[in-house]
Amino acid sequence: MPAPTVKVLWLQGGGCGGCTQSLLCHEPRPLFAELAGAGIEFVWHPALAAESDHDALALLAACADGSQPFDVLCVEGAMLRGPGGSGRFQRLGGSGEALHSWVSRLAVRARWVLAVGSCTAWGGFSANTPGNPLEACGLQYEVDTPGGLLGADFRSAAGLPVINLAGCPVHPGWVVDTLEKLALEGLTVEELDELGRPLLYAEQLVHHGCPRNEYYEFKASAQKPADLGCLMENLGCKGTQTHADCSLRPWNGQGSCLRGGYACIACTEPGFEAPGHAFQQTPKLAGIPTGLPVDMPKAWFVALAALSKSATPKRVRENAVGDHLRVRPAIKKGQK
Amino acid sequence: MSRRIVLGPFNRVEGDLELSLDLDADGRSVTAARVNSPLFRGFEQILVGRQPLDALAIVPRICGICSVAQSAAAAQALAQLAGVTPPPNGQLAQRLVQATENLADHLTHFYLFFMPDFAHPAYAGRPWHAAVAGRFRAGSGSAVGEVLPARARFFHLTGFLAGRWPHTLALQPGGSTKAMSSAERIRLLAILREFRAFLEQTLFGDALEAVLALPDADALQAWAAGRAGDLPLFLRAAADLGLERVGQAYERYLSFGAYDLLPAGIRQPGANGAFTVDRLETEKISEDIRHSWLTGPDTLPPAQGETLVDADKADAYTWCKAPRYADQPAETGALARQLLAGQPLLGDLVARHGASVTARVVARLLELALIVPQMEDWLRAIVPGEAFCLPVELPDSGEACGQVEAARGSLGHWLSVRRGHLERYQIIAPTTWNFSPRDRHDQPGPLEHALVGLPAGPDAPPTVQHVVRSFDPCMVCTVH
Ligand code: SF4
Ligand code: SF4
Repeated sequence: MPAPTVKVLWLQGGGCGGCTQSLLCHEPRPLFAELAGAGIEFVWHPALAAESDHDALALLAACADGSQPFDVLCVEGAMLRGPGGSGRFQRLGGSGEALHSWVSRLAVRARWVLAVGSCTAWGGFSANTPGNPLEACGLQYEVDTPGGLLGADFRSAAGLPVINLAGCPVHPGWVVDTLEKLALEGLTVEELDELGRPLLYAEQLVHHGCPRNEYYEFKASAQKPADLGCLMENLGCKGTQTHADCSLRPWNGQGSCLRGGYACIACTEPGFEAPGHAFQQTPKLAGIPTGLPVDMPKAWFVALAALSKSATPKRVRENAVGDHLRVRPAIKKGQK
Repeated sequence: MSRRIVLGPFNRVEGDLELSLDLDADGRSVTAARVNSPLFRGFEQILVGRQPLDALAIVPRICGICSVAQSAAAAQALAQLAGVTPPPNGQLAQRLVQATENLADHLTHFYLFFMPDFAHPAYAGRPWHAAVAGRFRAGSGSAVGEVLPARARFFHLTGFLAGRWPHTLALQPGGSTKAMSSAERIRLLAILREFRAFLEQTLFGDALEAVLALPDADALQAWAAGRAGDLPLFLRAAADLGLERVGQAYERYLSFGAYDLLPAGIRQPGANGAFTVDRLETEKISEDIRHSWLTGPDTLPPAQGETLVDADKADAYTWCKAPRYADQPAETGALARQLLAGQPLLGDLVARHGASVTARVVARLLELALIVPQMEDWLRAIVPGEAFCLPVELPDSGEACGQVEAARGSLGHWLSVRRGHLERYQIIAPTTWNFSPRDRHDQPGPLEHALVGLPAGPDAPPTVQHVVRSFDPCMVCTVH
């Protein structure tokens, strides 16, 4: 069966380019071979395409007027509408036109619109700075409020809202899996969560599969950077509240934030940029973390934490507060 | 009668770039260039009012290409503020993470951003064109399928040492949050061996040590003749196009120094074609906004810097500021770093023709040959079981500065803290130096200067593109 062809047009708004850089780390097959195998090709991508200057503008204009068909509009980076709604904080080079107005014109031509990364989904750091000086927003959200550039009612030609591949940066697998799903069989609204994120990566929590789970169970907590214990109680970890499969789908071979020794700062969630407390500190009320695990009543958490702390094995307790294992798991003497 | 053309959107650079070129009466060569970054991001405002350690979560998001360098600059400034020095393991781990990003960046730039221009139809008659186009054509050249897996596997080092790339929180003022076991150290050495094999077989076609030992420009050309490998292929094309004589800027080179191996300093023209190398005096750095869409005094040192928008300012043409050293423009990057270290081959290339497309590209790739063996040594020097990170206590107020080398050159973060919160945060990125606009003395920035005299216009070969990309621009950093 010959693979269908799905054409992807990519634009970069006010972002750091990190989602593209992350995407290039796709493994095991090199990105372009993987996508080509699934029938997916780029019409244009600002960081990777051959066309520059007039050729690029002509191509984009043809996409906008419908004479050059394409299927997926991927946008990376926040929509900068300022100053004073003029869009002059980001004009598409050579065109004199605000980048966000190109995005609006192109979005109505696309079968699917993908917001690649948290900036594009929710508006990024700019939108979370007091007064929002850049007038930044996401494609269909301004932080957690529906609306954004395209409006809450926007539906792409395939009938879907903007698909939010939130994450800062996006994991290459989230992009490739989503594009391949679209190419193969499309995507239904039921396959997105309430915030437009594909369930294929957002139906788990970062806490699921975290290598520190044993420490979590016993509330054996890290006290300082580089400690091996659970990072929830003291160092700001939001893995129990963050929708993403980071602990199940490795980053760069074997990595994840938690494996790297630092807290999950909830980069797939709207508003993560301005948590209202220091990123690497757990806010507490009367000694109890205020951001409790989703689905867990507070009273239970408090009772269980007290119980499990009293039952913590020496090994777990001591290893939690050092940067390498000091106590190995015991070896049971041969039971006949 | 002169006429002005505008080039944009400029593809295969990081971020947004537009060039405005004045052409001579025939419309064939550049008489003046203005470099415009049509994007503003405002991270300096985003940082103000935050808790100081929050900078570690925020500044990596300035740039997805040099996010670790941004972390390192912030971590260094915060370490200075706290008066703490990371333990040896922490320093080695930080260096490894930073070097991985820098070297991967050189590779990404060469293969994905720079070389595809040589597949341009304007070069169709050249003897090397078929080979180069087949290997480097954007998106479909045979090299893409080889470099992407090599790059991704090399980045496993940051998976291990930093959790992920880009945007890690592993680099802290006290060291690194990821302690390494001895078994992990062995696996990381294996990753480096694999990367070395890619470089030796595919990029250079020779041992790293043999490439580093090339003494001068003649030896380099002799070495490249007939040799398989992507650098030799570039060198044959570049020699045919005379790119060793194209793209000179001001011959003033600045580096903050890296890895205790490449020294900080400023190298500039002296009397009779000679040059002087001096200690870098950070106090001589200032930023000029005369032609930027920003308001405030024309020039300020970064420790007192402001970033206030004025989108309607007359005579302004970019969001980029103009950093100057003792009021002079300066070039920064891999070439500057290694000239200051006295690298003989690059010294010879520059002595003959000044900085050029060829010299900048060779400098970046030589850095791969130089640093990979160093990384092997750093890994071996790590002592599992000893500390990687010290706890840090920050004072309630103070000022500090972090100065590191990103792949593209010198990166500085200047911050001040009052009552436990960031009161001021100013950033000068490498591309801000290289792609700066004119200043209040109307001195063009280094790239603006380097473009003058180049062929341009409808039928011109992509020489302007080669020169722009030889600086490896990163506009998202430039405008933060
Ligand atoms: S460190 Fe975070 S993700 Fe890991 S077990 Fe603890 S709470 Fe869960
Ligand atoms: S673990 Fe948390 S902070 Fe890290 S990438 Fe995943 S969602 Fe973002």
